[in-house]
Amino acid sequence: MTWLSWRQLRTQAVAVYGLLAALAVLLLITGNDLRHLLARSGVLTCDSGDCGTVLDAFNAHYKVLRSILGPIIYIFPGILGIFWGAPLVARELESGTYRLAWTQSVSRTRWLATKVAVVGLAGLAVTGLFSLLVTWWSSPNDTVSHSRFSPPYFDERNLMPVAWAAFTFAFGVLAGVLIRRTLPAMAATLVAYIGAKIVMTAWIIPNLATPLKVTGALKAPEDGPPVVTGRRIGPSDWVVSQVLHGPDGRAVHDIRITPDDPCARTHACFDGFTQTTTFHPGSRYWPFQWESTGILVGLAAAMLAAAFLVLRRRAA
Amino acid sequence: MNRLMMIEFHLDSRSGVSPYLQVMQQVHRALRLGLLQVGDQLPTVKDVVTALAINPNTVLKAYRGLEQEGLVAGKPGVGTFVIRTLTDDSLPAHAPLRRDLERWMRKARLAGLDGDSIEALFRDTFRAFAAEDVA
Amino acid sequence: MTAALEAAGLGKRFGKRWALQDCTVAVPTGSICGLVGPNGAGKTTLIQLAVGLLAPTAGSITVAGGTPDGRPAQLAKVGFVAQDTPTYAQLTVADHLRLGAHLNPGWDAALAGRRIDQLGLDPKQKAGKLSGGQRAQLALTLAVAKRPEVLILDEPVASLDPLARRDFLSSLMELVTEHGMTVLLSSHLVADLERVCDHLVVLVASRVQVASDVDELLATHRRISGPRRELSTLPADQQVIEASHTDRQTTAIIRTAQPIHDPAWSVTELTLEDIVLAYMAHRGDGQPVRRQLAEVRAS
Repeated sequence: MTWLSWRQLRTQAVAVYGLLAALAVLLLITGNDLRHLLARSGVLTCDSGDCGTVLDAFNAHYKVLRSILGPIIYIFPGILGIFWGAPLVARELESGTYRLAWTQSVSRTRWLATKVAVVGLAGLAVTGLFSLLVTWWSSPNDTVSHSRFSPPYFDERNLMPVAWAAFTFAFGVLAGVLIRRTLPAMAATLVAYIGAKIVMTAWIIPNLATPLKVTGALKAPEDGPPVVTGRRIGPSDWVVSQVLHGPDGRAVHDIRITPDDPCARTHACFDGFTQTTTFHPGSRYWPFQWESTGILVGLAAAMLAAAFLVLRRRAA
Repeated sequence: MNRLMMIEFHLDSRSGVSPYLQVMQQVHRALRLGLLQVGDQLPTVKDVVTALAINPNTVLKAYRGLEQEGLVAGKPGVGTFVIRTLTDDSLPAHAPLRRDLERWMRKARLAGLDGDSIEALFRDTFRAFAAEDVA
Repeated sequence: MTAALEAAGLGKRFGKRWALQDCTVAVPTGSICGLVGPNGAGKTTLIQLAVGLLAPTAGSITVAGGTPDGRPAQLAKVGFVAQDTPTYAQLTVADHLRLGAHLNPGWDAALAGRRIDQLGLDPKQKAGKLSGGQRAQLALTLAVAKRPEVLILDEPVASLDPLARRDFLSSLMELVTEHGMTVLLSSHLVADLERVCDHLVVLVASRVQVASDVDELLATHRRISGPRRELSTLPADQQVIEASHTDRQTTAIIRTAQPIHDPAWSVTELTLEDIVLAYMAHRGDGQPVRRQLAEVRAS
């Protein structure tokens, strides 16, 4: 059964792993280059006033590659789940080959278990390798921009792509077993993937732990933009939201000041304004990765168990 | 001896005669015409089954029937062999009689009779002749 | 001799509709049993219950002494060729044999290889590119090379041309002669079955109409015709299967164990096809069809 599962996957697996290998070559070469550029740019040791320019100069490198790599690793687990998960059972039911597969000498449970194991592990492995490559390649940029905690980057690094692959694959398998037609099962998996992404990103991940809130008063320095006093948000913290409150305590969206306002001369335009920042400290990054992974993988396991139960009930 | 040259079975599905009887009848005919002789092996059940796409039990039944008639005997593990023919001493007379018949048929043809007419004429004469014989 | 397949009160319902009901049959071990009936009669349902692709709604079924519950030991005893002989289009002939070897502990690789050679199939050919007849032969090879006790085929020759059909049945008979399995073969083409089957089950409108030895069917069914009369006057042991009347004449197909003594009837024997068609003309409620024929007037 292992042989058969692999044989049925072979063409697609070779294609995907081949593409990954090609991408790996590209990323290894450019990633190495990026590391040298980082060392040479002096961004990390910058302490002069124009650090912003140095940073911008560094970020300009490989901008195009970076801008397409992100979306690719973001949707890759979904695509994998849709194309490897949904057809796994649905195609056999739709084409009638289940009548051949289920009348050999292996039980239906073993048939499904082997297929899920072979295809699932192959899919998780390729996603894991892809994530490893992208995380490694992005680490120079992540180090300077400190953006890995916030969406969408959170989903594009480390454990999350693999967790999403597990979730989407398991959903695909269950959809295939229930719907019994390949294209509708794939469509259902796509919808579930999008829905789950929205729910996780907007609601579950930000609330894995109670976010911290800090309020600071706005102060206008002699020159330059207004700053918020009080505790500083660290560069690696994830800012979930920032809300401005006016002197009356009500939230405002922006502060409009024209040059000939009386407060401009006294630098008191921002007096009474406060900003409340809701955030998660950077130290929560890895706990969040693990917990989100736990949720997605837990759901995946439950869905696979359901698939086994439904399949067995169709038998004697 | 290449037994396949001795006899080949065929099945007429529209004759209304059950398959195993047809097989028996064809063996009878082969024996009468001397196509099968004592010691010849009948085709194996497998060969007949493959050639005719019929139930092996049908062939077994036919061979058993022939065995009961004392015409063949089965040697387990080897095959089924003819032990008695249906020819009598008239077999030597077959060849010249066949030639006479062919001559007659040629004459009938030249006289303008077609195949159906020749057969009808023969059957009619034979029936009358056989009736006379009995009387 | 125990039965290779035994069903008792077997039934299967889909939603509100009974696809099969009150099915009680016993297929003798070593026989070649034909399962005939019109399309939609329940043949595929019965077969899928026998191989474990469906579970019964009512009653029970045992095949080769076991329940078709999907256990590997049970699956190994039954070889199955499904309707339209499904194969994996992208896998080659050799791949299919590997499939058989990996998925069946009882796989006879020598037998499978011999058959593929005999059939002249190219091992490297993809199954999707084979002709219908070749695919059917491949499916038959897969089913037989696992050395089952019972071989079940669901309309294997329905979509084949006459030559391919003949070759398939010929192969099947050859394999049965060699290996002695019990065969259950469904078809809606009766003519093929007469030379191949020694046992017959007729299924019409989800019910079994008759299940019997072929020789017994041929011996007990007759066509009788004579002057017109009501068939309820027939003796009790003469069961009317099908009847038709003209103004002057009655013709009926009856089943009886006793000789027919009534001199008013002219009695003829029937072919298996005649008998099966008579049963297939039954309405679902078991009543024979009575037809009033217009009398043919001599001109």
